[in-house]
Amino acid sequence: MTGFVLRRLGAALLVLLALSAVVYALFYLAPGDPARLACGERCNPQQIAQVREQLGLNDSVPTQYLRFLQGVLAGRDYSGGAGLVLHCDAPCLGFSYQNDRQVTELLLERLPATFSLALGALVIWLVIGVGTGLLSAVRRGGLTERLLTVVTLAATGTPVFILGLLLLMAVCAYLRWLPFPTYVPFGDDPEQWAWNLLLPWVTLGFFESAKYARLTRSSTLETLAEDHIRTFRAYGVGERALVTRHAVRGAVAPVIALSAVDFGTMIGGAVLTESLFGIPGLGKTLIDGVRVVDLPVVVGVVLTIGTAVVIAGAVADLLYAVADRRVALA
Amino acid sequence: MSVLTTGPVPAAGVTTPAAGTGRQVWRRLRRRPSAVAAAAVLALLVLLALAAPLFAQLTGQDPNAYHDDLVDSARGGVPLGSFGGISADHWLGVEPGSGRDLFVRLLYGARISLLVALGATALQVLLGVAAGLTAALGHRILGRFIGGVTDVMIALPMLVLAIALTAVVPPDFPRPLLLVLVIGVLDWGGTARLVRAQTLSLRGLDFVEAARLSGNGTLRIARRELLPSLAAPVITLAAIKVPTNMVIEASLSFLGVGVKPPTPSWGQMLSSAQTWFRADPAYVLLPAGLLFVTVLAFTVLGDGVRTALDPREGSRLRVGTGKERTT
Amino acid sequence: MTEPLVDAVDLVVDFPVGAPGEYLRAVDGLSFTLEPGRALALVGESGSGKSTVAAALLGLHRGTGARLGGTVRVGGTDVGSADAGELRRLRGGVAAMVFQDPLSSLDPYHAIGDQIAEVYRIHTTATRRAARARAVEVLDRVGIPDAARRARSRPHEFSGGMRQRALIAMALACEPRLLIADEPTTALDVTVQAQILDLLHGLREERGLGLLLVTHDVGVAAGSVDDLLVMRGGAAVERGPVDRVLSAPRAPYTRELLAAVPRLDGPRTPRPRPATDADEPVVEAFRLRREFGRGKRRVLAVGGPDRAEGVSLAVRRGETLGIVGESGSGKSTLGRMLVGLLEPGSGRIHHEGRETAGIAPGAQMVFQDPVSSLNPRRSVGESIADPLRAAGQRDEAAIRARVEELLTRVGLEPGHYDRYPHEFSGGQRQRVGIARALAPQPSLIVCDEPVSALDVTTQAQVTALLAELQRELGIALVFIAHDLAVVRQVSDRVAVMRGGLIVEEGPVDEVYDRPAHPYTRRLLDAVPALDPGLAARRRSARQEAFA
Repeated sequence: MTGFVLRRLGAALLVLLALSAVVYALFYLAPGDPARLACGERCNPQQIAQVREQLGLNDSVPTQYLRFLQGVLAGRDYSGGAGLVLHCDAPCLGFSYQNDRQVTELLLERLPATFSLALGALVIWLVIGVGTGLLSAVRRGGLTERLLTVVTLAATGTPVFILGLLLLMAVCAYLRWLPFPTYVPFGDDPEQWAWNLLLPWVTLGFFESAKYARLTRSSTLETLAEDHIRTFRAYGVGERALVTRHAVRGAVAPVIALSAVDFGTMIGGAVLTESLFGIPGLGKTLIDGVRVVDLPVVVGVVLTIGTAVVIAGAVADLLYAVADRRVALA
Repeated sequence: MSVLTTGPVPAAGVTTPAAGTGRQVWRRLRRRPSAVAAAAVLALLVLLALAAPLFAQLTGQDPNAYHDDLVDSARGGVPLGSFGGISADHWLGVEPGSGRDLFVRLLYGARISLLVALGATALQVLLGVAAGLTAALGHRILGRFIGGVTDVMIALPMLVLAIALTAVVPPDFPRPLLLVLVIGVLDWGGTARLVRAQTLSLRGLDFVEAARLSGNGTLRIARRELLPSLAAPVITLAAIKVPTNMVIEASLSFLGVGVKPPTPSWGQMLSSAQTWFRADPAYVLLPAGLLFVTVLAFTVLGDGVRTALDPREGSRLRVGTGKERTT
Repeated sequence: MTEPLVDAVDLVVDFPVGAPGEYLRAVDGLSFTLEPGRALALVGESGSGKSTVAAALLGLHRGTGARLGGTVRVGGTDVGSADAGELRRLRGGVAAMVFQDPLSSLDPYHAIGDQIAEVYRIHTTATRRAARARAVEVLDRVGIPDAARRARSRPHEFSGGMRQRALIAMALACEPRLLIADEPTTALDVTVQAQILDLLHGLREERGLGLLLVTHDVGVAAGSVDDLLVMRGGAAVERGPVDRVLSAPRAPYTRELLAAVPRLDGPRTPRPRPATDADEPVVEAFRLRREFGRGKRRVLAVGGPDRAEGVSLAVRRGETLGIVGESGSGKSTLGRMLVGLLEPGSGRIHHEGRETAGIAPGAQMVFQDPVSSLNPRRSVGESIADPLRAAGQRDEAAIRARVEELLTRVGLEPGHYDRYPHEFSGGQRQRVGIARALAPQPSLIVCDEPVSALDVTTQAQVTALLAELQRELGIALVFIAHDLAVVRQVSDRVAVMRGGLIVEEGPVDEVYDRPAHPYTRRLLDAVPALDPGLAARRRSARQEAFA
């Protein structure tokens, strides 16, 4: 088991290193002058030259990448021009000249919003998605089953922003049950925080629920079709106990593992949902950064999201191995 | 390497595929009313998209021509007339704000959607099959390397990278082509993993060993023994990928980093429709409905193709088929 | 007179197939009874419906869409009309089932002891603690060493034989009156099979259990039951006391079946002429070794712990070398190395006197699995033609003529050229595989378990074909199998493998009649005998040996 954990973590670290190298290369070696892009459209030639100096763009590419890595791991100093020295603590993801802020600071500020969104969605899909899935597995051939077919079909055909748009249109524009959401930090007013996040939660949670209902149902039924279930049936174990004591075990591992992956991906930013509902999270930061071509921010967000996803993947594998010991032993 | 496959999971154990001839597959596909209906919808859409310039001529509407006279500038540009300004000239009304013809723009949008979705899928399949075959049949170290890259590609958040990539590409690069390249290059991992896994398990089957014993070379075995058996799973995967790619294109355009104006695209229309919820609901519902129906039709058709290619599998869209019933 | 334990009258089972309303009849009007404490074996080839009968006794077809006709009473309960509660009491409480594949038949997530305890608590009012104690008790009874500790292990931590013991323990837990064993030893090696059969026999004597044994192996039945019921196509062909049926079968099908069963003491096909040392060996192997995996996971498949120990052998023209061994003995790995499908880790291989590496020219193989050995997407003719094409043959007419000739030679028809594998039965597919191996006119054919997936009557036909072809063409054959009787029937010489090494090698008569190595003796003793008397004598000999 320990060997498995170490191997998996090692693999995750390797992936992160590869990702950072690729992202760095793509963004700082791409056609166009990175100094100009980093500085923004308003900069004059002197400012650009200064930025180029500060970013160390006159050095060789590997040197630049190593310095970047050093910044991430140990922090680094920037010359802010005119003898001024800016210190950037680890993990230093660079400096956004357009925002006049350190990228790490900027991202940390955006994290709570993203986390709020992902957490609510997680609760919804675990409760509604997994619940529906289990219910339909126990009562096969019932109404839940038919309903699930329709809902899943609709969910596979709908991009998440269409669902969000229609909800916004119905709930906020026509029925006026809720005002158009604006993000309120939890610390400011927990009640307003929840009300304003309700629609995004429902959108994202519902969208994911369909997936989880199917996953739960199919893995439960898959286990139910296995030989060992036949053994217990042949020994007089009732259908309900077969599902709850034996078959559900088969569904636990995949549901937990997939939840970890999805949650990680959302921590990385549910770009579409955030963008649609104007939630100032990581995803929205990325889109805003792309619109004004603020490269340090874009690189920072991509690396953060990549990290979240890779860690989530590793956590998922570990959880899976814990829930299903056969994997680690295989 | 990774235990959890987030990409499409190749069937465990293998699969001496019994798909049969192309004609049998076709017959099975035709027996599924849902697949036939989906195919009909898509055929109609493709025809309309192909004929978009024809319709532009027929209705006399240029997709990019502004009609300030058709919108109420006093009310912020709401189309004049009912249902978004439907008239004999403008079959589905006009865009709020600009007064451009909605019907023709939707048709041109369909061209972009289909083009990007199909193009990106073709690229993904090409890259995925090449990478998967090389990983399975090439030298052991090369195989492990490609396998590792594949795992990384699957793990990476595709949408985020695609968004970020659009930031560094010169603005004058043709956007639809860019989208095809970005989606295709970023999202071949699933195909590669499937092809690799299938090839590896096929390679262990006795009939492939028998072919080796008969003195066939690696390439000849790949072509004669492996590729025909790989066709079914790859086609299935491709059929599932088309709607996914279409949603990605729409999402990118919705976020404003996909197809740039004035080129019309459904995602982009939906993005600008956000401000017209009350004033012009048709402008939200038309592109949303079209996108929904198209993606749904591709999904249903893909599922039909899958079941037709592998008759032992039940439909994955229908919950509670006989296949799942326990014994 | 006491009520019979099992009383089936005109039992019919239909399974739904494909289209609604279409049914396949698996059991067709079967009637039989089993008195308490007696043992009955249902014997038949695949598709005879024997396993379906076993499942029907416990009402396991409920909810699957299968249709049941006639009546089945088990321990006084009418299975067809029993309500859910009665059925649950019947299952495990009155009649307990032991399944074929012991790994998949246990829940991988729970400890073995807990699984037995769960079943026990369903049928009793025992506390959790008492149920655990009961689980340990029955595990101990079936011979699990250190049962109290092993009860906490999960199935994957047990060996195949131990799992089968655990399943039997589960069956014992609730003191049923009837044990239904569905191919209980088919997945096991022959020595383990003997142990499990001995265990079942002992339990029956000790507790007066009734036993319904479902098996395809007449030998397994011979030593374990009182009565034999031979089934074919869902109906009974013959029923009677086991000695009578085996010694004086009345039905033609029973006679055919018994004639086809390979025996250790049966007549052998006369061999043409023993090969002499003067003949040059077609294939020669020197100290072959092969490992799989690397680092800690390295497993030695062929070769001994000492790095110098390897497998050496030679096969001459017209000669058949049989290789027998249990699973994991390295016999298949050795076979693949001989034809060049696997590179040896060390050691050399000579074909026709020349050292070869990689695919050996003139060597062909016949595989075990008749399903996966033919490409499902190519006509069988094309599969047979493949070696010809690969050798550069371009003349289509000549290829077709040659393939048709081969098809005829292996007992198929020339017209089968354009048919696809799924249109053939297992035995026919194996014939196609043989034709493909013959196509390039090889000097050596390695047959890896060529008949183990086939029913005995088909087995006999395929081995006869191989022998005939060899006589005619003078090919050197290597015949790999786990079944000692089959190997004896077809081989001139035999090599016994264990743990990657050949422990004994010699002419068939010598090895079988005067085994020198204790392992060979043990293997031979474990082979089920067709004669119930002999089986009983062997059983008591085994018991004495282990007492």
